[in-house]
Amino acid sequence: MTEVVATNQTILVVGGGISGMTAALEAAECGKDVVLVEKNPVLGGRVSQLYRYFPKMCHPVCGLEINQRRIKMNPRIRVLTMAEVTEISGQKGDYTASVKISPRYVNENCTGCGDCAQAAETEIPDAYNYNLGKVKAAFLPSKMAHPQRYVVDPSVVGTPEGEKIKAACKYNAVDLEMKEETLQLKAGAIVWATGWKPYDAAKIQPYGYDRFSNVITNVEFERLADPHGPTGGKLLRPSDGKEAKNVAFIQCAGSRDENHLRHCSRFCCTASLKQTQYVREKFGDEASSTVYYIDIRAIDRFEDFYAKVRADQSVKLVKSKVAKIVQDPKSGDVVLHGVDTEGYHRYANSHDLVVLAVGMEPSVKGAGVPAEVAADASGFLIPGDVNGGIFGAGCATNALDVNRAVQSATASALRAIQVINKVASVEG
Amino acid sequence: MSEMKYHNNFLREVEERVEEGHMVKMCMQCGVCSGSCPFGPHWAHPPQELFMMIRAGKREEVLSSDSMWMCTSCYQCIVRCPRKLPITHIMHGLAYLAKREGKVPKGQPTAQFGQMFWDNLTKTGRVNELKLSLSLYFKDGFGQGIKNAMAMQSVGLGLMKAGRLNPLEILGGHSIKDKSGFQAMLKKAREIEDTRRKLA
Repeated sequence: MTEVVATNQTILVVGGGISGMTAALEAAECGKDVVLVEKNPVLGGRVSQLYRYFPKMCHPVCGLEINQRRIKMNPRIRVLTMAEVTEISGQKGDYTASVKISPRYVNENCTGCGDCAQAAETEIPDAYNYNLGKVKAAFLPSKMAHPQRYVVDPSVVGTPEGEKIKAACKYNAVDLEMKEETLQLKAGAIVWATGWKPYDAAKIQPYGYDRFSNVITNVEFERLADPHGPTGGKLLRPSDGKEAKNVAFIQCAGSRDENHLRHCSRFCCTASLKQTQYVREKFGDEASSTVYYIDIRAIDRFEDFYAKVRADQSVKLVKSKVAKIVQDPKSGDVVLHGVDTEGYHRYANSHDLVVLAVGMEPSVKGAGVPAEVAADASGFLIPGDVNGGIFGAGCATNALDVNRAVQSATASALRAIQVINKVASVEG
Repeated sequence: MSEMKYHNNFLREVEERVEEGHMVKMCMQCGVCSGSCPFGPHWAHPPQELFMMIRAGKREEVLSSDSMWMCTSCYQCIVRCPRKLPITHIMHGLAYLAKREGKVPKGQPTAQFGQMFWDNLTKTGRVNELKLSLSLYFKDGFGQGIKNAMAMQSVGLGLMKAGRLNPLEILGGHSIKDKSGFQAMLKKAREIEDTRRKLA
């Protein structure tokens, strides 16, 4: 049985991505007790699935490692993984949350040696790589996994293979008897940081994401570029494994569209500009990237980055929203059809690979939060009196890049701290 | 003065006088309509360009363009427009305005056929299909008309055998019961439309 001590002076942070980690750390480092709840087996969220950050083109693992260290070292933070908040009752200063914990089938004895994965035969889709590859049914979710502990997939539990996996562990860490459990946690304030999910590209019918293998999304492209990804960091297209030297990026794939997401997702323009530099990095002068856009919205301080990418000979910018994609079944090349806005020229351009810059939608929409909270039409949390002591943070509140998500998380930590201080002053 | 120079009140005119014209300003120039139009390669100006021309005040070029006459009402543009502009309706609205202003390009076949259809229909309250197809065949002269009619001969005979085409319709054809009532109705409808769209 998991034991967690929590009082109404505890801050419950829901979601262990960059925003949740930040909010938890800021609050804990101010001396507050924090319980950090994450649905996945590891912390880090979508940031851990990025190859590089814009605009400095540095690796997110660097900042993530610092945060992981801070969490490890801070006794005030209690991390619960594979845990979901299913119910919230009470009010500001006095909440009770039900937290459902799914069995990991691996206990804290795990040293991360990997013998269980050696013993496993069944392969399951690799969620860390957006299902582009497979992992064994006993797996470490990612190289940077925190906690650094294996997971056994429920599909092999109760099978001879499960027993084989258990037998392979020298440390008695595999526990196939683990059951789902539900905890009741007290909290004075709640930071809701459940982040975002990529818009379902298959819904954009003319782009054929569901029909054409060489049409992928921006988040999948991150995994292709990453040395820890399914291709070992080589930009190989899915249909035939050919090197994708001529890559098209389609902006606003689902965003700024009354038929899909009404909002501008903000990060995708700069993200695509960043990804053109992956192509440049891998293929040098042979690289060719074409960004099809409505408007380049390199917000904030990113104008310089935009100017730098624009000056790159390998990058072409075409002001046009692509109307239709067709993949040639023989060559596997993808042909983009449309009309450009600067001169109204009709084009049918062939590329090796198409990357759809899909936008952000909240992974838990306002109506899905198990408490009364205010949300906008897209389901992002907004400030409101009904929220009480529940504060949205990061991409649960808006389409944000990492920098802004962290700012938002820090702000929500401060709001939560104020609630806790009030509770403390009453209780003395 | 400046208004005269740039004529930028054309957008206002379109908003007032064209069906759904008030949506023209919502276009964000993404180009999906133009790229999606099955007739796209055959137009002088794709919808996106036409909207920009309206906003630039190019009244003469817009109204004398043949583009809006090329629309087949497939609605692909409306379905895909990220701003949900009723592009098809605007195209038809522009065509109507161009017609009322006498700006239709000479010999534009869609406009010609539209007029034929209207004249044919309003005369009796019924579409006289025999006369309509004949007037279409012969629109480019007698010689071409004979050629067209010969080419369509088997279709015509087939329709006749199946009882779908009465050759006696050539003598004037049947009409609806209250023909003058019907025509009065059309007149009234036009009056209402003219007042509303300031077309009179």
